[in-house]
Amino acid sequence: MQQPPNSSRRQFLGLAGGAAVLGAIPVVTVRPAEATPAMLASAIQSVTGGAAVRTGKVKLDIPPLVENGNTVPMTVSVNHPMAPEDHVRSIHVFNEKNPQANIANFHLGPHNGRAQVSTRIRLADSQKIVAIAKLSDGSFWSASVDVVVTLAACTEDVI
Amino acid sequence: MASALINVPAKARRGDIIEIKTLMSHIMETGYRHTASGELVPRDIITSFTCRFNGSEIFRADLFPAIAANPFITFFTAATESGKFEFEWIGDHGFSETASASITVE
Repeated sequence: MQQPPNSSRRQFLGLAGGAAVLGAIPVVTVRPAEATPAMLASAIQSVTGGAAVRTGKVKLDIPPLVENGNTVPMTVSVNHPMAPEDHVRSIHVFNEKNPQANIANFHLGPHNGRAQVSTRIRLADSQKIVAIAKLSDGSFWSASVDVVVTLAACTEDVI
Repeated sequence: MASALINVPAKARRGDIIEIKTLMSHIMETGYRHTASGELVPRDIITSFTCRFNGSEIFRADLFPAIAANPFITFFTAATESGKFEFEWIGDHGFSETASASITVE
Protein backbone atom coordinates (compact mmCIF):
# COMPACT_ATOMS: atom_id res chain seq x y z
CA MET A 1 0.00 0.00 0.00
CA GLN A 2 1.11 3.55 -0.82
CA GLN A 3 -0.63 5.05 2.14
CA PRO A 4 1.74 5.62 5.04
CA PRO A 5 1.05 2.69 7.32
CA ASN A 6 0.66 4.72 10.51
CA SER A 7 -1.51 7.55 9.30
CA SER A 8 -4.87 6.15 10.22
CA ARG A 9 -3.59 4.89 13.52
CA ARG A 10 -2.11 8.30 14.27
CA GLN A 11 -5.39 9.95 13.43
CA PHE A 12 -7.24 7.53 15.61
CA LEU A 13 -4.92 8.06 18.54
CA GLY A 14 -5.13 11.79 18.09
CA LEU A 15 -8.91 11.70 18.10
CA ALA A 16 -9.03 9.33 21.02
CA GLY A 17 -6.69 11.54 23.00
CA GLY A 18 -8.79 14.58 22.21
CA ALA A 19 -11.93 12.79 23.26
CA ALA A 20 -10.30 11.74 26.51
CA VAL A 21 -9.36 15.34 27.27
CA LEU A 22 -12.89 16.48 26.50
CA GLY A 23 -14.29 13.76 28.68
CA ALA A 24 -12.05 14.81 31.52
CA ILE A 25 -13.59 18.27 31.62
CA PRO A 26 -16.41 18.08 34.14
CA VAL A 27 -19.84 18.86 32.77
CA VAL A 28 -20.82 22.05 34.53
CA THR A 29 -24.44 22.18 35.61
CA VAL A 30 -26.15 24.77 37.71
CA ARG A 31 -27.49 23.11 40.80
CA PRO A 32 -30.12 24.57 43.08
CA ALA A 33 -28.91 25.71 46.45
CA GLU A 34 -28.51 22.88 48.92
CA ALA A 35 -30.49 22.80 52.08
CA THR A 36 -28.08 24.23 54.58
CA PRO A 37 -27.76 23.27 58.23
CA ALA A 38 -29.65 26.51 58.85
CA MET A 39 -32.56 25.26 56.72
CA LEU A 40 -32.44 21.99 58.64
CA ALA A 41 -32.57 23.89 61.90
CA SER A 42 -35.50 26.01 60.75
CA ALA A 43 -37.39 22.95 59.47
CA ILE A 44 -36.90 21.29 62.86
CA GLN A 45 -37.90 24.53 64.58
CA SER A 46 -41.18 24.60 62.62
CA VAL A 47 -42.05 21.15 63.98
CA THR A 48 -40.89 21.55 67.56
CA GLY A 49 -41.79 25.19 67.98
CA GLY A 50 -38.56 25.70 69.86
CA ALA A 51 -39.15 22.94 72.42
CA ALA A 52 -36.14 21.00 73.62
CA VAL A 53 -35.35 17.88 71.62
CA ARG A 54 -33.74 15.04 73.57
CA THR A 55 -31.66 12.32 72.00
CA GLY A 56 -32.95 8.79 72.43
CA LYS A 57 -35.98 6.53 72.02
CA VAL A 58 -35.88 6.98 68.24
CA LYS A 59 -34.06 4.45 66.08
CA LEU A 60 -33.19 5.43 62.51
CA ASP A 61 -32.16 2.54 60.29
CA ILE A 62 -30.38 3.57 57.08
CA PRO A 63 -27.42 1.85 55.46
CA PRO A 64 -24.34 3.91 56.41
CA LEU A 65 -22.89 3.56 52.91
CA VAL A 66 -25.30 4.08 50.03
CA GLU A 67 -24.35 3.35 46.45
CA ASN A 68 -27.38 4.90 44.79
CA GLY A 69 -29.00 7.91 46.42
CA ASN A 70 -32.10 7.55 44.25
CA THR A 71 -33.61 4.92 46.48
CA VAL A 72 -32.38 4.45 50.00
CA PRO A 73 -34.35 2.18 52.32
CA MET A 74 -35.10 3.82 55.62
CA THR A 75 -36.84 2.53 58.74
CA VAL A 76 -37.61 4.73 61.67
CA SER A 77 -39.00 3.35 64.89
CA VAL A 78 -39.70 4.78 68.31
CA ASN A 79 -39.23 2.68 71.39
CA HIS A 80 -42.31 3.92 73.19
CA PRO A 81 -45.67 2.38 74.17
CA MET A 82 -48.65 3.19 71.95
CA ALA A 83 -51.30 3.46 74.65
CA PRO A 84 -54.21 5.89 74.28
CA GLU A 85 -52.92 8.04 77.16
CA ASP A 86 -49.25 7.91 76.13
CA HIS A 87 -48.19 7.37 72.53
CA VAL A 88 -46.13 8.65 69.61
CA ARG A 89 -48.06 11.33 67.78
CA SER A 90 -45.81 11.89 64.79
CA ILE A 91 -42.40 11.17 63.31
CA HIS A 92 -40.61 13.76 61.18
CA VAL A 93 -37.58 12.99 59.05
CA PHE A 94 -35.17 15.68 57.87
CA ASN A 95 -31.96 15.89 55.89
CA GLU A 96 -29.12 18.34 55.72
CA LYS A 97 -28.14 18.67 52.06
CA ASN A 98 -31.04 17.84 49.74
CA PRO A 99 -32.59 20.93 48.09
CA GLN A 100 -35.36 20.71 50.69
CA ALA A 101 -34.82 19.88 54.35
CA ASN A 102 -37.99 17.80 54.77
CA ILE A 103 -38.16 14.14 53.83
CA ALA A 104 -41.48 13.05 55.29
CA ASN A 105 -43.89 13.51 58.18
CA PHE A 106 -45.73 10.47 59.53
CA HIS A 107 -48.79 10.95 61.70
CA LEU A 108 -49.51 8.08 64.08
CA GLY A 109 -51.85 7.26 66.92
CA PRO A 110 -52.46 4.66 69.63
CA HIS A 111 -54.20 2.35 67.12
CA ASN A 112 -50.88 1.80 65.34
CA GLY A 113 -49.68 -0.53 68.09
CA ARG A 114 -46.08 -0.01 67.12
CA ALA A 115 -44.38 3.23 66.12
CA GLN A 116 -42.43 2.02 63.15
CA VAL A 117 -42.48 3.26 59.56
CA SER A 118 -40.42 2.28 56.52
CA THR A 119 -40.03 3.98 53.17
CA ARG A 120 -37.46 4.68 50.49
CA ILE A 121 -35.87 8.08 50.21
CA ARG A 122 -33.60 10.11 47.96
CA LEU A 123 -30.31 11.56 49.10
CA ALA A 124 -28.53 14.22 47.03
CA ASP A 125 -25.25 14.01 48.92
CA SER A 126 -23.45 12.39 51.82
CA GLN A 127 -25.15 13.93 54.78
CA LYS A 128 -26.82 13.69 58.14
CA ILE A 129 -30.40 12.42 58.44
CA VAL A 130 -32.41 13.43 61.48
CA ALA A 131 -35.62 11.82 62.76
CA ILE A 132 -37.71 13.52 65.40
CA ALA A 133 -40.62 11.92 67.23
CA LYS A 134 -43.33 13.90 68.92
CA LEU A 135 -44.97 12.16 71.86
CA SER A 136 -48.48 12.74 73.16
CA ASP A 137 -47.05 14.45 76.27
CA GLY A 138 -45.50 17.09 73.99
CA SER A 139 -41.88 15.99 74.35
CA PHE A 140 -39.57 15.53 71.37
CA TRP A 141 -36.98 12.80 70.89
CA SER A 142 -34.51 12.44 68.08
CA ALA A 143 -31.89 10.30 66.40
CA SER A 144 -29.48 11.13 63.63
CA VAL A 145 -27.40 9.07 61.25
CA ASP A 146 -24.57 10.06 58.93
CA VAL A 147 -24.87 8.52 55.48
CA VAL A 148 -22.24 8.37 52.76
CA VAL A 149 -23.73 8.49 49.26
CA THR A 150 -21.64 7.62 46.21
CA LEU A 151 -24.23 8.37 43.49
CA ALA A 152 -26.36 11.38 44.30
CA ALA A 153 -30.04 11.79 43.53
CA CYS A 154 -32.65 14.51 43.07
CA THR A 155 -30.70 17.07 41.11
CA GLU A 156 -29.03 15.12 38.35
CA ASP A 157 -29.91 16.15 34.79
CA VAL A 158 -32.51 14.35 32.76
CA ILE A 159 -30.85 12.65 29.84
CA MET B 1 -51.67 4.58 34.61
CA ALA B 2 -51.01 4.62 38.23
CA SER B 3 -51.43 1.44 40.14
CA ALA B 4 -51.16 0.43 43.75
CA LEU B 5 -49.79 -2.63 45.47
CA ILE B 6 -51.16 -3.35 48.91
CA ASN B 7 -50.08 -6.04 51.31
CA VAL B 8 -52.40 -6.59 54.25
CA PRO B 9 -52.77 -9.96 56.00
CA ALA B 10 -56.15 -11.48 55.14
CA LYS B 11 -56.61 -12.77 58.66
CA ALA B 12 -55.34 -11.77 62.07
CA ARG B 13 -56.03 -12.56 65.67
CA ARG B 14 -57.56 -9.86 67.82
CA GLY B 15 -54.84 -7.78 69.39
CA ASP B 16 -52.18 -8.74 66.87
CA ILE B 17 -50.02 -5.95 65.54
CA ILE B 18 -49.97 -6.30 61.78
CA GLU B 19 -47.75 -4.71 59.17
CA ILE B 20 -49.28 -2.96 56.18
CA LYS B 21 -47.15 -2.44 53.09
CA THR B 22 -48.15 -0.10 50.29
CA LEU B 23 -46.59 0.89 47.00
CA MET B 24 -47.96 3.36 44.49
CA SER B 25 -46.39 3.65 41.08
CA HIS B 26 -45.50 7.29 40.53
CA ILE B 27 -42.55 9.13 39.00
CA MET B 28 -42.08 11.47 42.02
CA GLU B 29 -40.40 14.11 39.83
CA THR B 30 -38.53 16.33 42.28
CA GLY B 31 -38.80 19.66 40.47
CA TYR B 32 -35.06 20.13 40.89
CA ARG B 33 -33.90 18.43 37.70
CA HIS B 34 -33.14 20.06 34.36
CA THR B 35 -33.42 18.71 30.85
CA ALA B 36 -30.39 18.71 28.54
CA SER B 37 -31.59 22.06 27.16
CA GLY B 38 -31.62 23.56 30.63
CA GLU B 39 -35.34 23.69 31.30
CA LEU B 40 -36.52 22.87 34.78
CA VAL B 41 -38.65 19.72 34.88
CA PRO B 42 -41.77 20.72 36.84
CA ARG B 43 -42.43 19.04 40.16
CA ASP B 44 -44.85 16.11 40.09
CA ILE B 45 -45.01 14.25 43.38
CA ILE B 46 -47.46 12.60 45.71
CA THR B 47 -47.86 14.95 48.63
CA SER B 48 -50.10 12.98 50.93
CA PHE B 49 -50.85 9.37 51.78
CA THR B 50 -53.69 8.43 54.10
CA CYS B 51 -54.92 5.10 55.44
CA ARG B 52 -58.36 4.79 57.00
CA PHE B 53 -59.80 1.75 58.75
CA ASN B 54 -63.59 1.49 58.77
CA GLY B 55 -63.73 5.20 58.01
CA SER B 56 -61.39 6.55 60.66
CA GLU B 57 -57.85 7.67 59.89
CA ILE B 58 -55.13 5.42 61.30
CA PHE B 59 -52.07 6.64 59.44
CA ARG B 60 -51.13 9.68 57.39
CA ALA B 61 -47.88 10.73 55.75
CA ASP B 62 -46.84 14.05 54.20
CA LEU B 63 -44.41 13.30 51.40
CA PHE B 64 -41.73 15.54 49.93
CA PRO B 65 -39.52 15.33 46.80
CA ALA B 66 -36.99 13.38 48.90
CA ILE B 67 -39.24 10.30 48.73
CA ALA B 68 -38.01 7.89 46.06
CA ALA B 69 -40.02 7.13 42.93
CA ASN B 70 -42.87 4.66 43.41
CA PRO B 71 -43.42 5.56 47.06
CA PHE B 72 -43.21 2.48 49.27
CA ILE B 73 -44.57 2.98 52.75
CA THR B 74 -45.01 0.43 55.48
CA PHE B 75 -46.51 0.92 58.91
CA PHE B 76 -48.19 -1.08 61.66
CA THR B 77 -51.63 -1.24 63.12
CA ALA B 78 -53.32 -3.19 65.88
CA ALA B 79 -56.00 -5.59 64.63
CA THR B 80 -59.11 -4.84 66.67
CA GLU B 81 -62.02 -5.85 64.44
CA SER B 82 -62.78 -7.09 60.95
CA GLY B 83 -63.09 -4.36 58.41
CA LYS B 84 -61.76 -2.52 55.44
CA PHE B 85 -58.62 -0.49 54.99
CA GLU B 86 -58.89 2.37 52.53
CA PHE B 87 -55.77 3.95 51.11
CA GLU B 88 -55.60 7.29 49.38
CA TRP B 89 -52.74 9.00 47.59
CA ILE B 90 -53.02 12.67 46.62
CA GLY B 91 -50.46 14.53 44.56
CA ASP B 92 -49.60 17.33 42.18
CA HIS B 93 -51.59 18.03 39.01
CA GLY B 94 -54.76 16.55 40.48
CA PHE B 95 -53.25 13.11 41.12
CA SER B 96 -55.61 11.05 43.24
CA GLU B 97 -55.70 7.29 43.62
CA THR B 98 -57.43 4.98 46.04
CA ALA B 99 -57.17 1.33 46.96
CA SER B 100 -58.67 -0.87 49.61
CA ALA B 101 -58.09 -4.16 51.40
CA SER B 102 -60.17 -6.20 53.85
CA ILE B 103 -59.12 -8.05 56.95
CA THR B 104 -60.85 -10.68 59.03
CA VAL B 105 -60.08 -10.51 62.73
CA GLU B 106 -60.87 -13.57 64.81
